Amino acid sequence: MNFYLVSLIKLFIVFAIFMQTLAYLQWIERKVLAHIQTRTGPLRVGPHGLLQPLADVFKLLTKEDLLPPYVNRFFYLLSPFLAVCLALISIAVIPFGPEINVFGTRTYLQVTDLHVGILFVLAISAVSVYGVALAGWSSNNKYSLLGGLRSSAQIISYELPLTLAIVSPLLLMNQLSFRAISDGQAGYYLGFIPRWAIFQMPFPQIFGFLIFLIAAFAETNRVPFDLPEAENELVAGFHTEYSSMKFAGFFMAEYANMITITCVATLLFLGGWHPLFPAPYSNWVPTALFIFAAAIAFFHAAQPARKIDRYSFPVVGAIALIIAAIFAVPVLQPIIVPIFWFLAKVGLLLFVFIWVRGTLPRFRYDQLMKFAWTFLFPCALANLLLTALFVAVF
Amino acid sequence: MDTVLFVIFAIVSLICAFNVVLQTHPISSALSLVGVMGSLAVLYLLLGAEFLAMTQVIVYGGAVMVLFVFTIMLLNAGSEKSSSKSWFAQIAGLPLLLAFVALMGFLIKGVMPALPAVRFGSFIGGTAEQIGRLLFTEYLLPFEVISILILIAILGAVVLARKEID
Repeated sequence: MNFYLVSLIKLFIVFAIFMQTLAYLQWIERKVLAHIQTRTGPLRVGPHGLLQPLADVFKLLTKEDLLPPYVNRFFYLLSPFLAVCLALISIAVIPFGPEINVFGTRTYLQVTDLHVGILFVLAISAVSVYGVALAGWSSNNKYSLLGGLRSSAQIISYELPLTLAIVSPLLLMNQLSFRAISDGQAGYYLGFIPRWAIFQMPFPQIFGFLIFLIAAFAETNRVPFDLPEAENELVAGFHTEYSSMKFAGFFMAEYANMITITCVATLLFLGGWHPLFPAPYSNWVPTALFIFAAAIAFFHAAQPARKIDRYSFPVVGAIALIIAAIFAVPVLQPIIVPIFWFLAKVGLLLFVFIWVRGTLPRFRYDQLMKFAWTFLFPCALANLLLTALFVAVF
Repeated sequence: MDTVLFVIFAIVSLICAFNVVLQTHPISSALSLVGVMGSLAVLYLLLGAEFLAMTQVIVYGGAVMVLFVFTIMLLNAGSEKSSSKSWFAQIAGLPLLLAFVALMGFLIKGVMPALPAVRFGSFIGGTAEQIGRLLFTEYLLPFEVISILILIAILGAVVLARKEID
């Protein structure tokens, strides 16, 4: 019974944090995009717009839930549900840290450890295209249909380079479970170069990582590959006819897919929760970072640009110091330092996703397809063959 | 627990399988087929063949059926009209079907040797490593023959598609 209780607790924690991250990822995206374009972004609701996600949820919940009369009702209602469910499932096999010991109970920082975890994620991502494709078809609208068609064609095409890019680190680690893959990347060359897949001998997966990242942009329908919802051609693409929470469902699914795919990239290529430096140094990195942040806050509090800074910045600095102190507690370090490194890598990749959205224009559809089949796919194949050759020879 | 899951997913797969035939709209039929593939994958999982289960979902549930749905959407096929059935099919259809199923069941039971009962999760040898080893040793010839078959199909598709463009 203990197993079920522990699983239930882990499930609850992971789900709660995942939903919070979903909500705040959108806030972060709007803020980062705004600052890229020298705007301020959400600012009204709460300090620095921090309560904006809550306001958005209320707004979406209270909007009129339209059901157009010309849609195929069953599939129209099914597809947002499908999209959300499939997007939320994959997080269950993602590990966030090593095995830990809480009050005598040994458990993994992971909801469940499948032997075929990576295949499970691939299977879910292969099926999740139905949500978008069906939404486009069942709306009975030419723009939606075109969006759905584009999306399915794009996801099928980019799944090939994505899968081929995933296979190469699997060849290095010889495992299919996320936990084993991540553990295969522990340790350091010469005492300071981490054995992450992108640095791992005999064939560093740096190209594989780039191919994976590019294909991931297409798989999650993000700029520069967001052709299924290109608003200058297709109004809003597959979700043109959706309103209220049904629209929010697609929105949530997109962000959930983004988080899952960055987690997968971190685990496969960036060494999961294994830190950049050997443990004696890396355990103090979070503490140092938060002390640095606190120092900046106190510096600006001493030289306030606005009147309110004199009161708000010391509070921020104090919070940063408290977090730094928590990271310095030796008992907690084995639990929270791996989580810190994992989240830092995932956060960095998520920032790259947003950064690219703020920087690059959208592809044309034929360019998108040509790029996948004539450049990305051969590259991924060559990378796989080279990796296999090196693994076999050395 | 295993038995409960087996019963649930066996029923789901049967319902979906009947639905494939009974639905008039091609999209509904195709999605019912996805349901069949998915519940079959769960049945494989219950037997302990995890790799096979995941491959089933990736290949059949994902790639193949997405292409089906994609084609149906592209052709914009409407629901099919029921043509008038012949009087013979209407009268004799069900009895003949039952007789056929009973005959097949009888024959299979007679020909096949008595097999041990299936136990959930008892199948070992379903890991990726073992399947890979089998594919490259015992089943190398079928594996290569299927590869060549698929290659021929791809070449044929390319040739046909090029003719359309030129």
